[in-house]
Amino acid sequence: MSMPSVGVVSNKDKERISRTVRSTSKDVKGRVFVFSLLFALAITLLILVVLLVQVLVDGWPILSDDPWAFVTGTLRSRSDDPLLGVSQGLYGSFWIAMFVAALAFPTGVAAAIYLDEYAPHNRFTNFLELVIRNLAGVPSVVYGLLGLSIFVSDNWFSRNITGGQSLVSAGLTLAILVLPIVIITSQEALRAVPNGIKEGAYGVGATKWDVIRGQTLPYAAPGILTGTLLSMSRAIGEAAPLILVGAVTGGMTADPQIWDVTALKDRFTAMPTLIQTWTQQSGRDAGFAAAAAAAIVVLLVFVLLLNISAILLRNRYEKKRST
Amino acid sequence: MTDSIDEGEMTSTMTDQADQGAPAMSAPHIDMSIASEHVEDLSDVPPVFCARDLEVSYGEFKAVKDVSMDVLEHEITAFIGPSGCGKTTILRCFNRMNDLIESSRVEGHLLYHGVDLYDSKVDPVEVRRRIGMVFQKPNPFPKSIYDNIAYGPRVSGMAKKKDALDEIVETSLRKAALWDEVKDRLEESALGMSGGQQQRLCIARAIAVNPDVLLMDEPCSALDPIATGAIEDLMRDIKSEYTIVIVTHNMQQAARVSDQTAFFSVEVNPHSDTRTGVLVEIDTTEKMFSNPSDQRTERYVTGRFG
Repeated sequence: MSMPSVGVVSNKDKERISRTVRSTSKDVKGRVFVFSLLFALAITLLILVVLLVQVLVDGWPILSDDPWAFVTGTLRSRSDDPLLGVSQGLYGSFWIAMFVAALAFPTGVAAAIYLDEYAPHNRFTNFLELVIRNLAGVPSVVYGLLGLSIFVSDNWFSRNITGGQSLVSAGLTLAILVLPIVIITSQEALRAVPNGIKEGAYGVGATKWDVIRGQTLPYAAPGILTGTLLSMSRAIGEAAPLILVGAVTGGMTADPQIWDVTALKDRFTAMPTLIQTWTQQSGRDAGFAAAAAAAIVVLLVFVLLLNISAILLRNRYEKKRST
Repeated sequence: MTDSIDEGEMTSTMTDQADQGAPAMSAPHIDMSIASEHVEDLSDVPPVFCARDLEVSYGEFKAVKDVSMDVLEHEITAFIGPSGCGKTTILRCFNRMNDLIESSRVEGHLLYHGVDLYDSKVDPVEVRRRIGMVFQKPNPFPKSIYDNIAYGPRVSGMAKKKDALDEIVETSLRKAALWDEVKDRLEESALGMSGGQQQRLCIARAIAVNPDVLLMDEPCSALDPIATGAIEDLMRDIKSEYTIVIVTHNMQQAARVSDQTAFFSVEVNPHSDTRTGVLVEIDTTEKMFSNPSDQRTERYVTGRFG
């Protein structure tokens, strides 16, 4: 670039420009904003850390002794019983997760695909979307009542399918509980698929089914997976609906192996119920406080494993998407 | 812009134009027979597209109306005009892409080789296999280069075996002048290509299903001049095999590549303050840029309007 030899900018102006450019005017509002954001993040992390440390410290007497014995042990009436443990709770929570995966995921994803890709946009479908969004916010106790009246109380369902107060009832109830969340997160993932990709596929003569199978679903898969597996974590952590559909809070003797499906129609317990029971019993027998804390740690590890598998699965799909 | 035009005047100009349509079309045929051997008898060949009083609405809003034109085989037809004049809307009618927009409604007649595209018996999926489309923004699938090209042939059942697919992929990429650049990385992601390469890939993808028409919606608007030049060369190379309709904002591009040019404009409805696109005129590109019949066209191509 050739600059004109005669300066376009006078020396006086040059001085003024260099002064303004170098001036360090402080963006006070901007800094306050960033600081408050950091503060919010710090509080969140702090609470989490305090919680984890508290639980670990409380549960340490049991976990440091023999963690595997605690995982394989069963419900006991005394906290110093060496056979005390959470195996029945893990059995219940594992099968609840299985029910949610087998029922809520396919149904929820299918409903989301229908609503986003096929359903006409009219007043009825708008209303339907509103209902689904509201259902996602309904307190879980209400779902417990629903499960109680449909799956547990004496009717055709409970006599022939669920067996009343059983893991089947609990699994069905929690599957219904997370269904709206699965639908909403799947819809979000489907809507994030770029329109250009779909149009490109239609443009070479793909049918709607071709587009959904070959473009939309593969692109949305990581998002759908993440959302649905997070909702599974939620289902595993729920306690209130379980109590309503009959989770046992003590005196359970059966200890089925993890793959033993014959116990699904029997009385059951699950991790959150166990934690709640032991916390209550700690008033009578202080040792149960440590047991409850240790059970919380086991539950957290369980949920963590689920989330890690979700992340691994998502990464695999995302890699597929970009190659 | 064209606020003061009343309905009566519009209708009369449209009828005039429709009347003149047929004789005016014969001019480019002579040029064509020089350019390529197998189109000598074009005067007997019916137009690929024949639109009569085509109009498109989105819900209550009339987006474009009064479109009557013929698109001839092995020619490049360019749509030019200011933003919002309905060029893209009309283009998307030609392969029923507008079906994807729920509220859209098409009226009038649009014949493709004599068949009404909007007849209830016509399957839009089959239409799109015959009439390919290249979009404004390069939109390769997030898959390998190979799978991008093979997608169309796979879904249409054209080729199932690996050998046949390999051949289609190579031919399509060669036609799109992309083969030499990508032949060693067919299994790599198409998203790693440059914008110009991506757009040529999209052209190759459209060609792969062996269409006879290519609709191009501002294919160069996201590209630099060099990539644009490559696409324009490509269009000239492949027009002996395909009929091409291109929407462009770039008048020089229309002048450079097209055989006939259609000029669209916007009419403001005085009562509702909505804007509706209209086809002002369509003629040979040479005439449109040197001596157009309509004043509005002249003002637009000389840069005094729009």
